[in-house]
Amino acid sequence: MQPPRITAFTATCAAGSGRAELLRSLRAGQSGLRANDFGREPLATWIGRVAGVEDAALPAEFSSYECRNNRLAWLGMQRDGFLDTTRAALARYGADRVALVLGTSTASVGATEEAYARLTPAGDFPEELRHPAVHTPHSTGDFLQRILGLRNLSITVATACSSSAKAFAQAARLLELGIADAVIAGGVDSLCGSVLFGFNSLELMARDPCRPFDAARRGINIGEAAAFALLERSGFGPRLSGCGESSDAHHMSAPHPAGRGARQAMTEALNRAGAEPREVGYINLHGTASLLNDEIEARAVADMFPAATHASSTKGWTGHTLGAAGALEAVIALLSLESGFLPGNLNARELDVACGPQIRLASATGRPRYAMSNSFGFGGSNCVLLFAADPA
Amino acid sequence: MNLFQAPCRLHVNGVAMWAPRLPGWERARTILSGGEAAPTLPATRPSPELLPPNERRRAPDTVAVALEVALAACRNADLEPTALSCVFGSTHGDLAITDYMCSTLASTPAQLSPTRFHNSVHNAAAGYWTIGADCVRPYTAISAGAYTFGAGLLEASAQALSSGENILFVCYDIDARGPLATMAPSNGLLSSALVLGPQHGPRVLAALDLTLNTADGLIASRARAGNAALVAGNASETCLPFMEALALGGERDIVCLAAPGLGLTLSLRPI
Repeated sequence: MQPPRITAFTATCAAGSGRAELLRSLRAGQSGLRANDFGREPLATWIGRVAGVEDAALPAEFSSYECRNNRLAWLGMQRDGFLDTTRAALARYGADRVALVLGTSTASVGATEEAYARLTPAGDFPEELRHPAVHTPHSTGDFLQRILGLRNLSITVATACSSSAKAFAQAARLLELGIADAVIAGGVDSLCGSVLFGFNSLELMARDPCRPFDAARRGINIGEAAAFALLERSGFGPRLSGCGESSDAHHMSAPHPAGRGARQAMTEALNRAGAEPREVGYINLHGTASLLNDEIEARAVADMFPAATHASSTKGWTGHTLGAAGALEAVIALLSLESGFLPGNLNARELDVACGPQIRLASATGRPRYAMSNSFGFGGSNCVLLFAADPA
Repeated sequence: MNLFQAPCRLHVNGVAMWAPRLPGWERARTILSGGEAAPTLPATRPSPELLPPNERRRAPDTVAVALEVALAACRNADLEPTALSCVFGSTHGDLAITDYMCSTLASTPAQLSPTRFHNSVHNAAAGYWTIGADCVRPYTAISAGAYTFGAGLLEASAQALSSGENILFVCYDIDARGPLATMAPSNGLLSSALVLGPQHGPRVLAALDLTLNTADGLIASRARAGNAALVAGNASETCLPFMEALALGGERDIVCLAAPGLGLTLSLRPI
């Protein structure tokens, strides 16, 4: 089978709701990060919060799925005509031929946290939060399957920060094996106490706007996003030419010191696509702005790619959107193929000595033939996606 | 290759199972096939041999039951864990850690344990498995609600068919704890594991033909009532009809659901 086509894609994050807004923020160097104002006792950090999620109620008949994550999913799906394109694919192929693979790290655990904060005197969930469908990892996959009327597979991939990159890899397999004719691959993760206080407990959070690959970076900012792509065997659009997946087999919350898994995943994505490193015009790096990740990823990129490759992390615009990062940054990589705009490392002022010439402070323009997107997660789960411009 | 148009053949090259009243595949096989009564006293939680001794007791329940069957299935298959990509499925993930996280966030969020936080990710068991087994092959960790076993088995099969290699599939759920138990109910510990591959492994149990079909009103196969009672209420109990069929041996067709209305027919054929 030829590599699948990306026939539609969209993203909603702190740096923009929909492709046009996101690209405008990228071009303008306008960050979507803001001082943390999420929750009852906000930690001193910055976050990538999507405006308006609180006001975007689900259709009334889906009120039992109400939660921030599902609202963000539904909001995101309505941008860039993605919902209409999906419905057209459903009409064309049939509801039993369209699958959904959704990456998320924490799904709608925010709703469970809220219930625990407001338990009744008897220790039960408050009445308005007694909806079993949202208090489980498959919440958003289940919600989207029902609201879209899908009758094929709907599956949640939850491998922490590689989740929604792996959703693309799984979507490609479903097409390859004829399990589906079109697959929605996406990622949705929303702000919640678990991740804000969790990353705080690991001392990985920056108190100020995150600075990926900066020599003086101080940690990550958490963000939220919903991003989706429609994959089909035929049609028009860029191709998902190769996926590389690997495990570090090293540590639950720290990357392998030599970047073993990261290198293996990048190499495999290139091999599967039959592409040379010099053909990759843009790499959207994982680049969380944590001390370890950025140093290890920078060294791997310096070893593997020529100086002409333009590489950057866009987390200075969006924050680290965790389980949604793979899909969000796949969209940014796809935008680079489409527009020729190659983002720099927003907020970074002086690059870490580990960075080779590939990692750029400033944005640029070019005409990449291939664009790569890296996602590395807790539990040593790595996934690299390689997209090819159409025609490639 | 199209799973909807013609059956695709895989082989069950290894199997494992653990529940307090089905402690290990050898006993489970005899009990599920009616050759022995289930123990009246439930077995205690397995100790994950792959973890360093000082971490075994502290390991979360999900990690303990998942690593137990993952290793046992590789041994049953006589295959090296390092050679296997894997799919880990769990309906709810670690419900005890979710209960801890939500309770702590409601009372003293700044005191959240960093270890419990990194163990709260849905892929914790898979992560510990690859670390313990020194396996650099990729894994995935999935949930599909009530369809987790079927959807995970479908993904594992898709990977085996696509790569031409053996794959390890592990499915597990644990007891629900605290207030969350009313919303995400699950009882007891249960885990199952399969090694599936396009070719015969050294200790192949059966051939497995897979077919997919969609229809309204598809009904999943059910295990014998006495067997079902042994794991009833666990969110991964949907594994049981297939595990029972493997225990019984012979030619058997099991339908399990991979999504509402999406049936995965698993046809076991003696080798």
